[in-house]
Amino acid sequence: MGVMPKWADVVLVPLISLIIAALLSALLILAIGESPVAALKLMIEGTLLRSSGWGYMLYYTTNFIFTGLAVSVAFHAALFNIGGEGQAMMGGLGVALVCLFIPWPHWSFAIIGASLGAAFFGMIWAGLPAYLQAKRGSHIVITTIMFNFIAAGVLNFFLVGALKPKGSMDPATANFPAATHLPTFEDMAGLLGFEKMFRAAPANVSFFLALVACVLVWFLIWRTPLGYEIRAMGKSEPAARYAGIGSVKIIMVAMMISGALSGMMAINTTQGESERLILNFTEGAGFIGIAVALMGRSHPLGVFLAALLFGFLYQGGAELALWTKIPRELIVVIQALVILFTGALTLMVRRPLERLFLSLRRGG
Amino acid sequence: MDFLTLLQVLDSSLRLATPLLLACLAGLFSERAGIFDIGLEGKMLAAAFLSAAIAATTGSVWLGLLAGVGASLLLSAIHGLASITLRGDQIISGVAINFLAAGLTVVISQDWFGQGGRTPPLLSGGRFEPLSLPGAVPAKEISQAGPFMQLYSELLSGHSLLVYVALLMVPLTWFVLYKTRFGLRLRAVGENPAAVDTAGISVVGLRYAAVGICGVLCGIAGAYMATALQAGFVKDMSAGRGFIALAALIFAKWRPWYALYACLLFGFLQALALRPDVIEGALGFKVNVQLLDVLPYILTVIILAGFVGKAIPPRAGGEPYVKER
Repeated sequence: MGVMPKWADVVLVPLISLIIAALLSALLILAIGESPVAALKLMIEGTLLRSSGWGYMLYYTTNFIFTGLAVSVAFHAALFNIGGEGQAMMGGLGVALVCLFIPWPHWSFAIIGASLGAAFFGMIWAGLPAYLQAKRGSHIVITTIMFNFIAAGVLNFFLVGALKPKGSMDPATANFPAATHLPTFEDMAGLLGFEKMFRAAPANVSFFLALVACVLVWFLIWRTPLGYEIRAMGKSEPAARYAGIGSVKIIMVAMMISGALSGMMAINTTQGESERLILNFTEGAGFIGIAVALMGRSHPLGVFLAALLFGFLYQGGAELALWTKIPRELIVVIQALVILFTGALTLMVRRPLERLFLSLRRGG
Repeated sequence: MDFLTLLQVLDSSLRLATPLLLACLAGLFSERAGIFDIGLEGKMLAAAFLSAAIAATTGSVWLGLLAGVGASLLLSAIHGLASITLRGDQIISGVAINFLAAGLTVVISQDWFGQGGRTPPLLSGGRFEPLSLPGAVPAKEISQAGPFMQLYSELLSGHSLLVYVALLMVPLTWFVLYKTRFGLRLRAVGENPAAVDTAGISVVGLRYAAVGICGVLCGIAGAYMATALQAGFVKDMSAGRGFIALAALIFAKWRPWYALYACLLFGFLQALALRPDVIEGALGFKVNVQLLDVLPYILTVIILAGFVGKAIPPRAGGEPYVKER
C-alpha cells in the first residue's frame, strides 16, 4: 500500500488484468483455428454498430449491474456473497407472485410492486445465511453456495407444481397480465419518434432502475453513517466493534441489501423479458456479478463499466456462436480469466507494477 | 419393496457416492492443510472431459485416466499458485477454476469433436468395465439366489475398479493423515502454519503437496464420471457434485471415515431421487423429488449452523501464510 498512486491501483490493475485475459482468450481463439481480430470485429459489429445489438447488450448489462452491485456491497463488509444466483432466483419468484396475483393498473405501479417483491425475496434468501454467519458462525461462502442449490430446488418445486398453469407442460408460470409488461427500448424509442430502433431487443425500462441502484449504492456506501459502518467493519472487524459498531447488525444489513440487489435482477429478466417466470432465467448472472464486482473494484461506477463490458461480451459471444465455430462458452472462459486475474492472481499483476512505480520514484 | 429392489437402490447409491467420495477426500486433504477449495467441481469436470476425450481417441481407458488426472492437476497448480505463492483469495480462485473448466471443456470439445460439447460415446476398452467378484452370480440368475448371495452379487460385486479404489482411499486417507509424519504435519499446517514453519518444515511445500493430492483425487473422480459411471463426457456433467462433496466434507467435519458415511448418505439420496416409484412404494406417499435433490444442502446448512453438533473447520483455513517480516 502506498507504493502506487491511487489511480494506478484503481485503473491500471484491472486494465492490465483485462488485457492479460484478452490475450489468453485470443490465444484460445487462435488454437481453435479462428482469427481473434475477425472475432473481435464480429463482436463489435454485432453489438455496438447496431441498435438492436445495443438493446441486447444493455439487457445483459442491467442484470450484471444488479448482481455486481450486490457482490460489491457485501465485499465492502468483507463478506463474500456467492449466493447471488439463488437470491436472484428467489427474486424471480417474488416478481412472479406480485405480477400474477395483484391486479396492477399500469406498468409503472407494477414495477414498484415487483421491485419490492424481488428485493424482499432476495433479502430473505441472503438474510438467512447472514443470520447463520452472524449468530452461529457458519461460513457465509458455504451457506450461500448451499442456498443457491436450495433456491434452484424451490424454484423447480413451484414451477412444476403450484405455479404451473393447468394443462401446460412447460416448467413455467402463466404469462403475466399485459398491464405489467415493461416498456422495452423499442417502445420508448418509438415514443420519441425513432421508429425501427432496438428492434426486438429485450432491453427495457429496468435498465434505468439499475442506474438508479448504482447511485443509491454509491450514496449508501460513501455518504451515510450506515455505509461508513459497513466499510469500517470490512476494513477491520475488531476496530469496528471497538468503535461500537455491532457486527451482527452490519453482517445482516449488508447481506440483506446485497440479496435485495441480486433479487432485483429478476425484474429485468422475468417482468421485462420473458414476461413469465421460467427455469434457469438467471443464466449464471449471479456468478458474473463476482467478476463484475472484482473488475469494478466494488465501486458503483466501476461496476457499471464492468457490467457494460460483460454485457458486450455476452452479446458479442452470442454473435460469435451464430457466425463462427466459437461456442458461447468462450465468454465463460474470459469471465473465469477476469475473475482469476483481478481476484486471485492480483499480486502477479500488482507486484511488477509496484516495482515499476518504486523505481520511477527513486529515479525521479 | 422387496429385498432385491433395496439392493438395487443401494447398489446405485454406491455408484453415485463414488465420485462424491473421491472429491470429498480430495477436499479433505486440501482443507486440512488450510487451503479452501471450492474448485472441486471444476477439477472434476476438466478431468471428466479430458479422460473421455483421450479414452475416445486412443481407445485406452488408462491413458484417459492419466490425462484426466493431468487436467485436474493443472487446475490444482493454478489454485496453488494463486492461494499459496501469490497469497490470493482462495475462494475467488476456486470460483475462477470452476468457470474455467465449465468454459474450456465445452470450447475444446466442440473444437475437437464438433458434437455440441460432448465427446463421442466410449466403446469397451475406453471404459472401466464392471468387475465381477469371484463367485458372484450373473444378473440373469440373481432372483433365484439366496439373500446373502444377492447381497454379494448385486451390491458388492459388479462395480468398476474405481469404486473399489475410492473405498480403499478411505482407510488410506485415515492412515496417511493420522498415522504418518506427513499427515501430522499436514494437519498442523492447516491449524497453525506458524508453528510448522518454526519447526523448520516448509509450509509452502506441505500445502502444495496437499493441493496436489487433491488434484489427483479429483482427477480420478472426474475420470470415473466419464469413463465408468457414464460412457463419455457431456457438457456440465459434474452437475454440482463438487459442491455436494464439499457439503459432505463439512457434514463429515473434515474426517475421512465420516466422509465415507456422508457420501454414502448423499449418494443414497441421489439414488432415491432417480427412483421415485421405490419411495412411493416404501412410504406409501409421494415424496417430492426436488426435496430429495436439495436435502444434502439443507442437511449441510443445519450442520453448519451448529444445531446438530458443531462443524469446526481447520483453524488456518482460507488464510494465506505470510512469514513474519
